[in-house]
Formats: sequence, C-alpha cells, structure tokens
Amino acid sequence: MTQLLAIAVPTRLVHLSPIDVVIVVFYFVLVLSIGWYLKGRANTGEDFFMAGREMTAWVAGLSFLSANLGALELMGWAGSAYQYGILATHWYWIGAIPAMLFLALVMMPFYYISKTHSVPGYLKLRFGEPSRALSAVSFAFMTVLMSGVNMFAMAKVMQIVLGWDINFSIWVSSLTVAIYVTLGGLRSAIFNEVLQFFLIWAGALLIPILGLYEAGGWANLKVLIAQRASEQYVHLWSGLGSFSNNPMGINWVGIVFGLGAIISMGYWTTDFLVVQRILAAKDIRSAEMAPIIGAGFKMFVPIIVILPGLLGLAVLPEKLVPESVATLTGGHSYNDVLPLMLARYCGPGLLGLGVTALIAGFMSGMAGNVSAFTTVWTYDIYRPLINSKGTDHHYVNMGRWTTIVGVLISVGTAYLVMQFASIMDYVQALFSFFIAPLFGTVVLGMLWKRATSAGGFWGLLCGTLSSITMWTWVKIDPTALRYVALSPNAKGLAQDMFQALWSFLVCVLVTVVVSLATKPVPDGELSGLVYGLTEVPSVGDVPLYEKPLFWAALVTVVFVILNIIFW
Amino acid sequence: MVSIWFFIGISLAVNGALILAAGIYQVVYPPENPGVVLFNLHANVWWGAILLVIGAAYCLKFAPRRQQ
Repeated sequence: MTQLLAIAVPTRLVHLSPIDVVIVVFYFVLVLSIGWYLKGRANTGEDFFMAGREMTAWVAGLSFLSANLGALELMGWAGSAYQYGILATHWYWIGAIPAMLFLALVMMPFYYISKTHSVPGYLKLRFGEPSRALSAVSFAFMTVLMSGVNMFAMAKVMQIVLGWDINFSIWVSSLTVAIYVTLGGLRSAIFNEVLQFFLIWAGALLIPILGLYEAGGWANLKVLIAQRASEQYVHLWSGLGSFSNNPMGINWVGIVFGLGAIISMGYWTTDFLVVQRILAAKDIRSAEMAPIIGAGFKMFVPIIVILPGLLGLAVLPEKLVPESVATLTGGHSYNDVLPLMLARYCGPGLLGLGVTALIAGFMSGMAGNVSAFTTVWTYDIYRPLINSKGTDHHYVNMGRWTTIVGVLISVGTAYLVMQFASIMDYVQALFSFFIAPLFGTVVLGMLWKRATSAGGFWGLLCGTLSSITMWTWVKIDPTALRYVALSPNAKGLAQDMFQALWSFLVCVLVTVVVSLATKPVPDGELSGLVYGLTEVPSVGDVPLYEKPLFWAALVTVVFVILNIIFW
Repeated sequence: MVSIWFFIGISLAVNGALILAAGIYQVVYPPENPGVVLFNLHANVWWGAILLVIGAAYCLKFAPRRQQ
C-alpha cells in the first residue's frame, strides 16, 4: 500500500493515516471475501443471473436503493446541491418516491408473474423480438457508459482527496468489481450492495451532523445560505413559478411532468439496473415491499447527499466553481464539495471510513451496471440473436466472461468520459435518450391491451430518435433550447426534463397510432402481461402492517409532509 | 448460508473498533495541529463506539451458529 500511495500527485486534499489505510484495505478484503464465499452458489443461470430468486424484501429493497447510490448520487448531487440549492432534492423526492411506489403497486406484479429475467425480456413477451432487441442493445450501450461515468467519478475523487493516480483508481476498483461479480453473480453483487449501503451511511452521516453543529442548526444554515447565495436556495417549490425565479432555470411543469412523471418513472420502473434487484425477490409480497422499503430510505438520502452540498455553501471558505472553470484556474469544482466536507470534519479513522463510503458507493453503482449488462447481453442479445442452443452451463460461463468484458468496456468508456466537461449533463442526456421512451412502451404494454407489437416497436424507436434529435439540435444551436423547453429563460437541466417529456409523448402517440392501424393481439396471448387480462396474485392473508399498500400509504404521507415543510 | 447481516455486523464492528481506537489515541495524545474543525467534539470516539455497538449486536444476532 505504501507503494500505491507513492503514486500520489502533490495536490491531495488529505493524507490517510495508517488506520485509514487499514479501513480501506479491510473493505476490499471483505467484499472480495463475500464474492469468494458465494462462488459455490452461482452454478445455474437462475443463481448467477437472478440470485436464485430468494432475496427477502429488505435485502432486495436495500440493494435496489444501493445500486442507485453510485458516483453520481454521492458526489454529483452534493455538487448540484451546492450549485442549485435544495432544488436538487427534487431528484430524491418527487423524482423518485412516486415512481418507486408505482413500480411496487402497479408494475411489479406483471414483471414478477411473467417470470421474466429482464425488462427487455418483458418486452419480448409483450411486443416480440424486435422491441426486445432494440431495448436490449440501447440498454447495454447505456449501461456501459454509466459504468464508465461511475469509474471516472470515483477516480476523480481519489485523485482530489488522496492524490491517487486516476488510472490506478480506475483499475483497482474495476478489477475488484469484476472479481466479486464474476465469482458470485447477482447474489454477490446484491450482498455487497447491502453492505455498501450500510457503509455509505456510516461513513457519510457524520458530515451533516457535524456540519449542522458548525453552522448553528438548520435555521442558521438558511440564513448563511441566503447571505452567501440566495434565499431561493432553500426553497423546494416556491421559486418554481417561472424559469427565472430559481437557480436551476426550470419551472414546476418540468419538475412535475418531466422529472416526476417521465424521467423518474422511466428510471425506477424500467431501468433494468435497479429492477433486476427486485426481480430477485423470493415472492410477490417481497417484490412489492422491496421498492417501498427502498422509497422509505430514499426519502432520507438527501441528508447525506444534499445537506453536505448546502453546508458546503455555508461553511466552506472558498467558492466552488463549474468544472470547466476549475480546470482552468486550478480551483475546486462543485463536484468536489463532498470530499472537501469530508476532509473538513473527519480525522484519522473517520476519514478512512468516509473514503470507504465513497469507494463503496462507486463500486455498488458499477457492480449494478455490470451485473445488469451481463444479464441483458447473455439473455437478450447473445441467446436470441447469436446462440439459442446453448446449455444452462454455457450461458453461465458466458455471463462470467461478459462480466469481465463489460468491465473492460467500462474502463475504456471511463477514459472517453474524461473528455466531457460535465458528468451530470452527460448522464441526464443518456436518460432522456432511452429511458423516457422505454417507459412509454412498457407502461402502455402493461396497461393497454390494444397496444400491438408493431406499435410497441415503432413507438420505442421514434421516441428514442426524437430524443436524440432534440439533444443534437440544442447541441448544434443552443438557442433552440427555448423551443424544446418552451421558454427563453430555460437552462440545461430544463432541457433534459422537457426532452424526456416530448420523447415520451412521441413514443405514446406513435404507439397508439400504429397499434390502432394494425391487427389487435388476441386476449389469450396477453394473459399475465396486461392489466385487465391478468389475475394479480394476492399478497396473502396478512395483517394490515404487513400489507404493501399500508406501507406505501405511510411513505406517501411522509413524502407530502416533507415537501410542505421545505416548500 | 451465512446471513448478509452477519457480514454487515463484522464490517461495522471492525470499523467501529478501529475508529474508536484512533479516537482514544487522539484524546490521550492530542495532536498539535488536528487538521479538522470541531476536533474538540472527538467525533471518532463516539461515532466509533456507536458503530462498534451496532456491529456487535448484528454479529451476535446473526451469528452462523445461532442461525442454524
């Protein structure tokens, strides 16, 4: 390890003490040990790709959330909170909670009883092979890019905080993920994600606790932020009446309909990275409870992500700047706020845990991408399109090799991502390309029996193409944003919201028109796939406090109260 | 199969013990330049202790022998 630390560049924020190094090394040893321990339990396709479908609601729910707690969550959104204020919390509340509850109560029963192994797999059952191929290829493309983003973000943090060489960080983390996912498959990824969930909280929770103490409590923090930035930085909704009244340059239509109704619905209900964890649940009740448990914890993630960003705005002596400016001036960018806060409060031991929390977050996101990519490649691309006659053992081996290849592609992608100035804009653009139209296709497939195979395919294709067209249009001519977002005052994130909204509407419109012009699918072929033609199994005769609906209602009440408190 | 909660217990307990030890060392031998703000709160002592207690509780409750 001494040799590894010697790779450091002189600009490091902190120096790890020996105890910190022990904590970081212990984390790597533990995750690799879990992978090694589980290697004997990943011999069949069902074990390797679906974790044996035996996860409890708690394990599936925490893993569901942890797979999303990647680099962008921890570092990117803390930076966004510094840049845009509490508005960034929308991505955790209205941009997540309704979608997670919708997944639990409306969509999960169809995913679960169809016994599909993936979201593209559901599209095959509902709309046929072309829709599956289109969805699988676009997902595989997106997921390796996401994985590359994760790696790059992690390597940047390690460079800033510890001065580690960026190449060293990329290779150590990616090889670790490759080893434990290759050995234990999805079960290993899920187990490590749950472990990482606890480590992230253990390592990151101290920053808001000490930060609030230093700032003098929430009331004083609001005063400090108003002095150093603007009063609008601590209001969730009151500045969203128009594009020009808030730091994000967006209005409530974009947040409610673009983010809440389309992007978040698309991400949390159709992105296989997160849905795969729920499909591994042991029964229908666990499958419904898992996203609700995830939603319950998701509401409180802003404490360790958004609050440090706001605290940075109030207590850090230096002013952080955009990435492009930081590169030129040598200062710190918005994305550096979390490591800066970590260095501010955490001494020996705590610093090691904080660094471990960041590494854990990055690795859980990466493992999620890699395991989802492996399943989609093996089951939705390789098996139907390349070799449909292999044995179960053959597909498990393919899964192991794909894990390694997927990690290598991600490493290559990480180097490509270094060319982009803003991590967040890049990923938001990707969401808009694929996720919003996919949500349109899946939700119509589940809720509207008249949707046909041709309608599903052309709707998905046209929605995706419309999104790419809008993004390219604004890239070539930035003034075109006023047409996409319907306002001359709109800023970058508003583009993503409205782009998603339009591409969803294009997808729905094309699907409806083409479906009505083509021959309906007989009802008998849609049993188990479409609402109204499927008998949704009951969760059983359980007490009220064990019913998913009860907990979903409770989460909804807390969600509403939180939005009112921070209005 | 060993429960995932047992692994989590090990992780929290070991990390908690290491952080607590580092914190106690700094209480006994205070550094001239702590390098962090709010050093006087000795966060690594009480945070390490909290993690150690939670981790130990998980280890006891989900120990493989007890699960069998």
